Amino acid sequence: MDKSLSSLSDAVSHVRDGMTIMIGGFGGSGAPIELIHALIDQRPRGLTVINNNAGNGHVGIAAMIEQDMVQKMICSFPRSSDPRAFTERYLAGKIELEVVPQGTLAERVRAGGAGIPAFFTPASFGTDLAEGKPKEEFDGKMYVRENWLKADVALIKGELGDPHGNLTYRMAARNFSPLMAMAAEKTFAQVSKRVELGDINPEHVVTPGIFVDGLVTVADPQQEEALIQAGARYP
Amino acid sequence: MIDITDIKLSNAQIAWRAAQDLQDGSYVNLGIGFPEMVAQFQPEGRTVTYHTENGVLGFGEAPPKGEEDWDLINAGKKAVTLKPGTAFFHHADSFAMVRGGHLDLAILGTYQVAQNGDIANWSTGKGGVPAVGGAMDLVHGAKQIAVITDHVTKKGDPKLVETCTMPLTGLGCVTRVYSSLAVVDVTEKGFVLRDKVAAISLEDLQALTGAELHIEGDVADLACPDV
Repeated sequence: MDKSLSSLSDAVSHVRDGMTIMIGGFGGSGAPIELIHALIDQRPRGLTVINNNAGNGHVGIAAMIEQDMVQKMICSFPRSSDPRAFTERYLAGKIELEVVPQGTLAERVRAGGAGIPAFFTPASFGTDLAEGKPKEEFDGKMYVRENWLKADVALIKGELGDPHGNLTYRMAARNFSPLMAMAAEKTFAQVSKRVELGDINPEHVVTPGIFVDGLVTVADPQQEEALIQAGARYP
Repeated sequence: MIDITDIKLSNAQIAWRAAQDLQDGSYVNLGIGFPEMVAQFQPEGRTVTYHTENGVLGFGEAPPKGEEDWDLINAGKKAVTLKPGTAFFHHADSFAMVRGGHLDLAILGTYQVAQNGDIANWSTGKGGVPAVGGAMDLVHGAKQIAVITDHVTKKGDPKLVETCTMPLTGLGCVTRVYSSLAVVDVTEKGFVLRDKVAAISLEDLQALTGAELHIEGDVADLACPDV
């Protein structure tokens, strides 16, 4: 078994119009920029994108939005240092937004991957974001029911990847990616280094390969933050 | 209305005062922006482990400019550094630390805080793009939820109020307020005054507060060094 793919375009070729896509990263940290840009090259449209944010500058998710590929964003914080791509379309009614408390977003994705259709959280109880959601009291405190989130495809960035798809991550670039890897029908990871079976200490595997369908090597991946500082634009 | 320009604490002084209450051995989340300043004033000899929502526990201060590693950031998306003992984890574990009651303290900024502990700190309610981030999760779970804030808005309206008029972040969450004029606990009675700057009278402080300030025992002087 070898889940290695020969190209980025192979990795994103499963994405079709109208699909729901999870994209790893918190701001630029962990953003799989090369996979996102390969997806932009294929221009699927009408996508629902799940990420913590809604793009920054003119690369990555912001560039997807600029190419009118995104119909809806599900995120916790659709602001960034340069949020124009999303903001302009949102205020013009051209893109939908579901804003979700960050911990709820993470847990909904985890639940989707774990086969748990719903759970209760204290977050958002008594606020505008809990409107219309079922509530229940447990041990004298009120909680809000939230449903799982699943996706057709997840695109994530790992550090090391082996032929079985076992992954490690680099520092805080881990964030949502291990959860998204579980919650998508197909998960594709770009990894900075492909290693052989046995090269990752089993004690250090963060995402077991069962959650990964394909990986592609991108040595020295681009950092969204550096691209934005350089005024980069994609395509 | 009384002019508090010359007697109120600066943001750095408010952060300094909040830092004096950091407990040795505690786990603390500092909200994005102003609350991050508290770490600068952590008293010597105390070990405090800082948590950030994006999956880092026990990080160090900002790196010198040009030495940022953009895989190592805090929730405000600013670069931080490693320290011996730093731990990384994914987002679900990170918020398990928050909601699961594992943090000792969260220090947050706010627009308004009510006498029953309700907090409004995520949206001005004026439209635009709604963005909540971790605000609604962070107000639940930590053993203490403190806010640091000016005592009044730029227009002079109280930020400590009977009832929040701005969109709520959470109900009955806040346990302590460090303001530019006072330190106030939120109790079952409502606001209880613990410290106040010496230069303001109780009467004037009450006039700048939107709900009753209860007094229980001595009120300490809120004296901060020029930081």
